[in-house]
Amino acid sequence: MTVLKTTLENGLTVLLKESHIAPVASFWIWYRVGSGNEHTGITGSSHWVEHMLYKGTPNWPKGSIDHAISRVGGVMNGATWYDFTTYYATMPAGKIGIEMEIEADRMTAALFDPQDVESERTVIISERQGAENDPLFLLGEEVMATAFRVHPYGHETLGHMCDLEGMSRDDLYHHYQTYYVPNNAIVVAVGDVSAQEMLARIEQLFGAIPARPLPRRVRPVEPPQQGERRVVLEGDGSTAYVTLVFHTPPPTDPDFCPLVVLDSALSGASGMALFGGGGTNNSSRLYRALVDTELASDVDGSLTPTVDPFVYSLTATVRSARNPIDVEQRMWDELALLSDNSITDQELTNAIKQAKARFAYSSESATGQAFWLGWSEIFADYDWFVAYLDRLSAVTLDDVRRVAQRYLKRSNATVGHYMPTNK
Amino acid sequence: MSIPGPDDVKRYELSNGLVLLVRQNHASPSVVISGYLPVAARDEPAEQAGLSAFTADALSRGTMHRSFSQIYEAVEAVGASFGFSSGRHFTGFGAKSLVEDLPLTLDVLSDVLRNPTFPKNEVEKLRGEILTDLEERAHDTRDMAGLTFNTLAYPAAHPHSRSVSGYIETVSALTRDDVVAFYRRGYGPQGMVLTLVGAVEPEQALARVEDAFGDWSGASPVRDPLPPALPLTEVRREDVAIPGKTQSDLIMGAPGPARTDPHFLDALLCNTILGVFGIMGRLGETVREQQGLAYYVYSRVTGGVGPGPWTMIAGVNPANVERAVESIRAEVRRIQQEPVPADELADNKAFIVGSLPLRLETNEGVASALLDMERYGLGLDYLRRYRGLIEAITPERVQAAAQRWLDPDAYALAVAGPPRE
Repeated sequence: MTVLKTTLENGLTVLLKESHIAPVASFWIWYRVGSGNEHTGITGSSHWVEHMLYKGTPNWPKGSIDHAISRVGGVMNGATWYDFTTYYATMPAGKIGIEMEIEADRMTAALFDPQDVESERTVIISERQGAENDPLFLLGEEVMATAFRVHPYGHETLGHMCDLEGMSRDDLYHHYQTYYVPNNAIVVAVGDVSAQEMLARIEQLFGAIPARPLPRRVRPVEPPQQGERRVVLEGDGSTAYVTLVFHTPPPTDPDFCPLVVLDSALSGASGMALFGGGGTNNSSRLYRALVDTELASDVDGSLTPTVDPFVYSLTATVRSARNPIDVEQRMWDELALLSDNSITDQELTNAIKQAKARFAYSSESATGQAFWLGWSEIFADYDWFVAYLDRLSAVTLDDVRRVAQRYLKRSNATVGHYMPTNK
Repeated sequence: MSIPGPDDVKRYELSNGLVLLVRQNHASPSVVISGYLPVAARDEPAEQAGLSAFTADALSRGTMHRSFSQIYEAVEAVGASFGFSSGRHFTGFGAKSLVEDLPLTLDVLSDVLRNPTFPKNEVEKLRGEILTDLEERAHDTRDMAGLTFNTLAYPAAHPHSRSVSGYIETVSALTRDDVVAFYRRGYGPQGMVLTLVGAVEPEQALARVEDAFGDWSGASPVRDPLPPALPLTEVRREDVAIPGKTQSDLIMGAPGPARTDPHFLDALLCNTILGVFGIMGRLGETVREQQGLAYYVYSRVTGGVGPGPWTMIAGVNPANVERAVESIRAEVRRIQQEPVPADELADNKAFIVGSLPLRLETNEGVASALLDMERYGLGLDYLRRYRGLIEAITPERVQAAAQRWLDPDAYALAVAGPPRE
């Protein structure tokens, strides 16, 4: 994989990769700001700012951005999560310059018209209300708030409802002016383009935007957990859910790759958030322990790469007429087996093969490649991504046992039960 | 890679009736298998709703050669994905693997399709999983709006009025014998279509598929003709109360064009203008951008053999349901009454034509396009003709499509959300 990586004088990081598979190119801009940077009172601001960037600049009035992309056959979107806010478009390769112009323009010139802020307030509240319709969102929100009592990862990216009701236009504009600077951004382009030509155009468009000092970020450190935490949420429905989350280190830590392997054995490669979902996990340990035994109808694991330490989470859907307490107990039994005996050689081989396959699938589209280059640059750097398979191949059975013992223990767990009220 | 066409898509017909389509793509060392059989929910009686879906799910629960766990150990060990699911008119299947594992995935796929044993304990396990899903569905506003919409928009005898997954009562009553009988009646190579897209030579693919399926025999299943999907003549509305929810989901619309209708692309273009282009088309512009009523509001023309519905979909605060419905009706009326301005039409055409390479970027995207060409008899040159077909659509044809299939005063409307106060 040949990637051209450079930094402009104003601090903008640039990653470019030529890929001549299809006549398509994908351009992304990533800002190193997300809900992990937010404190109470302005939770949800990163996500709301993302919405406001579609509301126009003097050069690109409201409605013109999505029309400009669509009318040449492009698709675009934005996304906000714990550590980033990102915008992208994938387009016929010859047209990608339009997206580059838009991103350079709205890095500094977004209007944040007060009327647009107000009409978007109700849209964002509607987005949150839609999420609240899902019991798993509600349970996840409670569990994360319990697992993190200091670090802002403990609140949802959508933000608290009271903050969505209370935040002002100035709060949002302040966020935008603070974080939307070239020295806090990464641009990524992958596709049927010349990397050198792209670089020249990026310099032309972004090179003159001045760097600005970023606020000193005091990284909140979640204190070590000193005992099991437990949340019971009651709500509408007839289905119960059980979630276990464990504090885990970030991808830059040597324990992360053993955890990836552990997760593959425990909940299947579909849980490998690193390369997208898809696929089944019917031969995984937890499927056998919970679904084959008719305690649960579904089980999933998730290990999300983040900048600061995050969590490994396991979630089971309790089968009709079964008890969440029994489901939870079986999960603990399986985790104890891992801590005692590690996984098997065969499971280790499978995990590496599964990662190799996912890696190949993810390289099929320009969009997928650009996404991975950008995201890995956010939580580590793209070398992390390139060397991922090698590091995974170096994991041993002892490594897996060690991380199971270290992280998958009760004193490091937050347990959540969703109890339906009209069973 | 160019747009797929007759010179680089190979089509073979096996002597048992199976059709194979292959397209090479050596960009990544992976291969996608995708296909369908002409057996589905429309072939089950209403009182056994969910039988086809149950059967498709049960196929991989054990074969004459492999147990359920052996099947998934084999497939998951190599990072392949593997799945079967029944729709209303076809049962689809798919697998994706590294090309080095193609012999394995084809072998397991063929075993599962040809030799399922439907072990009794596995059938019961599966039933419990499906029933749990159906209980979850009863509290999901989007799902319940969709289910209710179908009963309002289609006559009871039409397969579109029923749930493909079935209902708690019907799924509880299905027996293993029902599943076995449904399998025997409907599964076979006649009418089956299989595509292979990826790092594989066509002749080699043919040889492997011949090995896996060539000696499978079976007659063509007889299917009942579809009852007509009648146009709606009035507003048919139903509100579903689901306690504990904060948002209402609404679906409105009517039966739309079948994919084979000569005016399907007119409807597709009309729908793009109405609820797709940019940020969800004209609907997004008025309902979301101007009024701030909804996070999502869009429209969708389903097509299919169906004919599938043409729907407008939104998630809104319960207090805003009526306003959203009125705004959607106003947009439907406008697209029926006013010819689309030339520049808007040109932009929408350019979007549909221009985004084709994006849809064909992955092996899955190409496989899906090839299957549609075969399923609807579009011809192997269809994607090459596509630009011309879209370019030829006039404002009059767009308007005619809106007038034929949409009506702001006669539609089905299902709303699922918190009970009204």
